[in-house]
Amino acid sequence: MVDFELSPDIAAQREQLHMLAENAMRPIAREYDEREHEKPWDFINMMWQLSKASDIGPGKEGKQAGKQKPVDSNRNLRTVIAVEELSWGDAGLYLSIPGPGLGGAAVQAVGTPEQKERFLSRFKGDKPVWSAMAITEPGAGSDSAAIQATAVRDGDHWVLNGTKIFCTSGLMAGDPKNSNGFIVVWATVDRSAGRAGIKSFIVDAGTPGMTVAKCEDKLGIRASDTATLIFEDCRIPFDNILGSPEVPKTSEGFKGVMATFDATRPIVAASALGVGRAALDFVREELKKQGVEIRYGAAPRKLTAIERDFMDMETQLQAARLLTWRAAWMMDNGQKNNLEASMAKAKAGLVVTQVTQKAVEMLGPLGYSRQLLVEKWMRDAKINDIFEGTQQINMMIIARRILGYTSKELS
Amino acid sequence: MINFALDDEQKLIRETVIGFARDEIRPHAREADEKCTVPASLLRRGWELGLVQSMIPEEYGGFGTEHSALTGAVVAEELAYGDLAIATHLLAPRLLTVPLVELGSTELKSRLLPAFCGDTFEPGSAAVVEPRFDFDPSAPATTLRREGDDYVVSGAKCFVPLGSQAKQLLVLAGLTNGDGSVRPQAIVVARDTPGLRVGAREQNMGVKALETTTLDLDACRVPRDQVLAVGDRAAMARLANLWRVGLSAMAVGVARAAYDYAREYAKERRAFGQAIGQKQAIAFMLAEMAMEVDAMRLLVWEAAWKLDRHEDATREAYLAKRYTADVTLRIADNALQVLGGHGYIRDHLVELFLRNARGFATLEGLAIA
Repeated sequence: MVDFELSPDIAAQREQLHMLAENAMRPIAREYDEREHEKPWDFINMMWQLSKASDIGPGKEGKQAGKQKPVDSNRNLRTVIAVEELSWGDAGLYLSIPGPGLGGAAVQAVGTPEQKERFLSRFKGDKPVWSAMAITEPGAGSDSAAIQATAVRDGDHWVLNGTKIFCTSGLMAGDPKNSNGFIVVWATVDRSAGRAGIKSFIVDAGTPGMTVAKCEDKLGIRASDTATLIFEDCRIPFDNILGSPEVPKTSEGFKGVMATFDATRPIVAASALGVGRAALDFVREELKKQGVEIRYGAAPRKLTAIERDFMDMETQLQAARLLTWRAAWMMDNGQKNNLEASMAKAKAGLVVTQVTQKAVEMLGPLGYSRQLLVEKWMRDAKINDIFEGTQQINMMIIARRILGYTSKELS
Repeated sequence: MINFALDDEQKLIRETVIGFARDEIRPHAREADEKCTVPASLLRRGWELGLVQSMIPEEYGGFGTEHSALTGAVVAEELAYGDLAIATHLLAPRLLTVPLVELGSTELKSRLLPAFCGDTFEPGSAAVVEPRFDFDPSAPATTLRREGDDYVVSGAKCFVPLGSQAKQLLVLAGLTNGDGSVRPQAIVVARDTPGLRVGAREQNMGVKALETTTLDLDACRVPRDQVLAVGDRAAMARLANLWRVGLSAMAVGVARAAYDYAREYAKERRAFGQAIGQKQAIAFMLAEMAMEVDAMRLLVWEAAWKLDRHEDATREAYLAKRYTADVTLRIADNALQVLGGHGYIRDHLVELFLRNARGFATLEGLAIA
């Protein structure tokens, strides 16, 4: 039975997170945009305490895995709703929140029960913990089959070598000074096997041979670090491989690795929605102050250009939101959502890029000024059109799915 | 509790309509367009599906299923996927019966509804659009004024589906308030009312198989109980939203038809040694179509869901209508582009989809959810 109403507990959680976003994130949003590479430790510690004390916040998955609670049947939906609210507060700060993050999502999606227990339970401790995902290399972005980093088996260990870039929260997850975290690293165990040889490995913070080399200076999401990680004969336990160590004849194993994206793409889409809604809400308030009313139901030819722009922004965002909710809902219901996750991500990334750029334009000189957050939202929004697969990569995935083509047939 | 799945009954209805649209409507789409008529056999078969009779209460001869805008939207999308003109023809009686069931007096319902529960297709219609570029359904220029116990309707309408066939029509007119403002009001008018004149059949660029006419109302006197829900703004807003959702759902159907056609063509048509679908320029157009068809449907469903909860759905329905009108046109245009020169030839249906898609931004009240 089709229903668009959030369950009371998710609605209540959204309400709480909205207050948190408004009171704890918005006031420091500009500060940590201007002071890139400084960490909002007060905010981080508060979020950690909060996620331990209550059922809200992104620490939830880890806590559940630790306590062996029954699995939340709305976990993905709950997450996308939460992420939208937090990103409404500030996308960079949201990305800096400690918790399982993308690395945890990978463990959650493809890890063994033993791995889930070993790695997800550490999100219960007193000090904040991060995990991160390291896929991209200087010469391999979305073409993850071209990954050069290697993992070589040596008895009870894997030995990792290579360079990873653009690793979100890599500094917080990989540097033991910051947390007892871990990084999920993609590397090839057999370069001649192509995609089938790509496996993911869990590397603990502080493992000898792994160095956080630098953090990027970025257009937006500056409160969040984007790290370069270098692996030099980095030895990790054999059991730290996610999934089977076998190299299959086909690329089935690679598909398993790629399944992580089915869970994470709706989350990125949700973050995009939060930024877009921040801009839309602000424009709505400003228009109200100017006495401009949005006349839903008016004859189309009577609408002003401002009304048309606003309605377009609002509808595009809602379209992206419904695609995002659907992708999360499908996952919660055990349905394959590879196509729908890419639709949500492609649409949301594109839409918020356009919506925030339009918002800057609509507010005139105010929009361009750093006095307001609108220009920042435009800068923050753009990342959603890029990470977890650019818009174009997601369109490619959609195209392959609907046309029934392999990656060889359509590239 | 968020849920994107239709219930079992809706799934069953949808399956039935999908089969009908694929096996019976679509094969007739081209011929119906060329001959500007819907074959009688299709009307007979369509009527047997009970799409009109289902929501009419049992005491008037119907099946007594509770009206659902969401179910209506699902049916409208699937029928329009077959062909928009045939779909609008088949569903036209609902333009009268849905408002009647929701807003009519018992007396009016017992007088008019049994005719729509017989064995054969019974035409019904609504006269909403007016022949002016700045037509505003929230303030129609057609006037309604009180005269003694009766009301008098005057004005001009266009794009009235089945205008020469429907014995009863729902007419949208503006009732002037004390302060001079106009509010919309729906009135049931019999075709044989003195002063009512059905004009010539209109020649439209799309939905050619659907008969549409102009309508002149020259001081048509209408008994009071044929004015539905007098003064009830919420009821009239709901009616407008049901129209919007109905038409938006049909837009989704047309968009999906164009998308499916282009996608299948792109897999077959070869150029430079491979299927054109293997080229990004084409593949990305198709991917966008797939994504937007789903996005549109979700917007339509959300508006329909709100209507089924009897909440004000003006914002959702209005935005869904704007969006589906724009996007469906773009999808149909891109679908034609995928076929290249072949898309311009009437051997293929895409040019028909494009002509049909062009109407959604203009039309109001041609379908109801």
